[in-house]
Amino acid sequence: MKVTGAQALFKALEGEGVDTIFGIPGGAILPAYDPLIDANIRHVLTRHEQGAGHAAEGYAWATGKVGVCMATSGPGGCNLVTALADAKMDSVPVVAITGQVPTPVVGNDAFQEADITGITMPVTKHNFLVKRAEDVAETIREAFHIASTGRPGPVLVDVPKDVLLQDTTWHWPERVDLPGYRPTTKGNLRQVREAVKLILESERPVLYVGGGIIKANATKDLFALATEGRLPVVTTLMARGAFPDSHELCLGMPGMHGNYTAVTAMQQADVLVALGARFDDRVTGKLAAFAPHAKVVHVDIDPAEIGKNRVADIPIVGDARDVTAKLLTELRRQQEERGGVPDRSAWLSTLSAWKERYPYRYDQPSDGPLKPQFVIERLYEHSRDAIVVAGVGQHQMWASQFWHFEEPRTWINSGGLGTMGFAVPAALGAAAGRPDKQVVAIDGDGCFQMTAQELATSTAEKIPFVTAIINNAYLGMVRQWQELFYNERYSQVYLSHDVPDYAKLAEAYGCVGLRVEHPDEVDATIEKALSIEDRSVVIDFRVDPFENCYPMVPAGASNDDIILGPEAAIPTEDPAEAPIA
Amino acid sequence: MSLHTISVLVEDKPGVLTRVAGLFAARGFNIDSLAVGPTEEPGLSRMTIVVNVESKPLEQVTKQLNKLVNVIKVLEHDPGDAVERELLLVKVRAEGEARARIMEICDVFRVRVLAVTHRTLTIEGTGMPDKLEALLELLSDFGIVELARTGRIALARGDRGIRERVQRGYAPRAVSAGGDEGWTGGGV
Repeated sequence: MKVTGAQALFKALEGEGVDTIFGIPGGAILPAYDPLIDANIRHVLTRHEQGAGHAAEGYAWATGKVGVCMATSGPGGCNLVTALADAKMDSVPVVAITGQVPTPVVGNDAFQEADITGITMPVTKHNFLVKRAEDVAETIREAFHIASTGRPGPVLVDVPKDVLLQDTTWHWPERVDLPGYRPTTKGNLRQVREAVKLILESERPVLYVGGGIIKANATKDLFALATEGRLPVVTTLMARGAFPDSHELCLGMPGMHGNYTAVTAMQQADVLVALGARFDDRVTGKLAAFAPHAKVVHVDIDPAEIGKNRVADIPIVGDARDVTAKLLTELRRQQEERGGVPDRSAWLSTLSAWKERYPYRYDQPSDGPLKPQFVIERLYEHSRDAIVVAGVGQHQMWASQFWHFEEPRTWINSGGLGTMGFAVPAALGAAAGRPDKQVVAIDGDGCFQMTAQELATSTAEKIPFVTAIINNAYLGMVRQWQELFYNERYSQVYLSHDVPDYAKLAEAYGCVGLRVEHPDEVDATIEKALSIEDRSVVIDFRVDPFENCYPMVPAGASNDDIILGPEAAIPTEDPAEAPIA
Repeated sequence: MSLHTISVLVEDKPGVLTRVAGLFAARGFNIDSLAVGPTEEPGLSRMTIVVNVESKPLEQVTKQLNKLVNVIKVLEHDPGDAVERELLLVKVRAEGEARARIMEICDVFRVRVLAVTHRTLTIEGTGMPDKLEALLELLSDFGIVELARTGRIALARGDRGIRERVQRGYAPRAVSAGGDEGWTGGGV
């Protein structure tokens, strides 16, 4: 069958099962937008290419499938860069397709030319420049294979305009052959046996669960492993929802703004089992002082993560699902041999005492000011089953702290890159991918202004979601650091509560705009917002500008020096020194 | 800091040199020498990279190299367990009695004169890098007009080719960290 390069592109995308693409057309990608009309694929026309990139990420987070975005050459591709870097840091499977100037003028500084494969090399898992129409289908196949297997990540495919226009014969390769790409997925059984032995001999084990568990769809095996082995679990920012927050073994989020129990459990653990986690500096604090007593089992599909920050006593390279299932089988076998689960009551009762004594705290005065934590708690109570999407900053940490996650893929945020402006477009992508679910974006006022234009996309494409702006009139996290570490010398962090008027802005975009200034109005407004199903809703929650996010481990400090915050109970002694019950 | 020699077997595709070099550049490592050429297998090239860096950060780079889709195999050579050679061309001032002294040095080092003018000699030298350093040190007395070096190339000693070898530092413990079939160093 004769096809053009552009037709081959869409046949290949259909072959990969793509149902939604986020993008913006332009000169060099024009030929691809013609066969799009006949393709069985929905194209969501975003208002900025960065929005297309984050929407593809949100779609991938929410569905587990590869997110696809498309842009033209030059500025189109350049605007995708932030989203690609974000996807690389958070291991999100994304395929980006960019137009390129025609091959005869590549390298000539042609109109809207940018060396996008060169620019995106460090921020993609891999990228391709397609030079012949006959290579289009195979390249798309390879791109999806690379993006979705091993440690997932973004792949960019750059297609010059003349290649899109060339005729070729349609050919769909049966299999992908990439001799340099053979991810190790099967964990080594001997190492698994050693790991289980170590776990069973330990007195204070902690499962340190990262985003890899969700990406590998390993949450069921994790639940069995934790509950059958009576092993407490911390879920990192990337892994919220991997293990139910309501479970007694769940300690919640560790790290810079994690809770006391999760942070201190890791500090005092004698065995840490890292599953798809990478010992990020936001989790470890000062590395030399992190979990000083712990032997480490490190399970990761990426060999480069093992030993990168913390030496692993038992390294296991493999897919988190394969290895977790093997750990479970081996745990059952060894526990049966030993005649049951080791007695961990001392450790578990210590942990539950900490949980009781040091929960997340805040104080909501009945007459205001409105506290951000209260807003998030009320949002949770009204939309427990929602998919929650956050931007980056204080509101993101509060959302992770005060929402209760029970299921995987219900929490979406920008973890590694910390991309402000992630929430609105990512919520758009999540809502496009999961029309059956309520999607709630919890955003900061600073973040919101970076990508708010995608509300127009939401209206035009009828992809509704709720955005709750935690409007504290500041770049709040930076303001908090200036308060705590720069002697309250505030520099370039004030944004104002009312410029822009967020409710009016929402209305201008065709959404419903609501405002809440007093605690009494919170519940009714949330109920109203959730009752609107045909349009997106933006709620401007004007919260206390001076509320800080606690607990906090200052950058570079040891996790033992966690600051609990003003509302926390004052411990009678240094809690880290407290005896194990 | 110490010198490390790394052989990288790569697919012969556009951009692969940039991908490899980029991993070093992104960490601020300076590459001492880099030699690239075809191999016994069509479609595959071999890079030999010499870099002056601590072992720990280098391990992260070699692991990242392994992850590149176009990289087939990475091998860091054990010092002393590889044959290493470099070729240089050097043009030296050689007027009057200097000419005979330079010829004498060439004899001792078993290197060849490739081109002669009234005022210069152009010499081809091959050998271990330290031999070439010694040669250049002696020739510098006469005045070096220009110098070109290929950079080091290396093959591990023994019967096996690069594809059958296990990366140093991964054995024996980390080899067992791999899959059931053993970790082949394949990318992620």
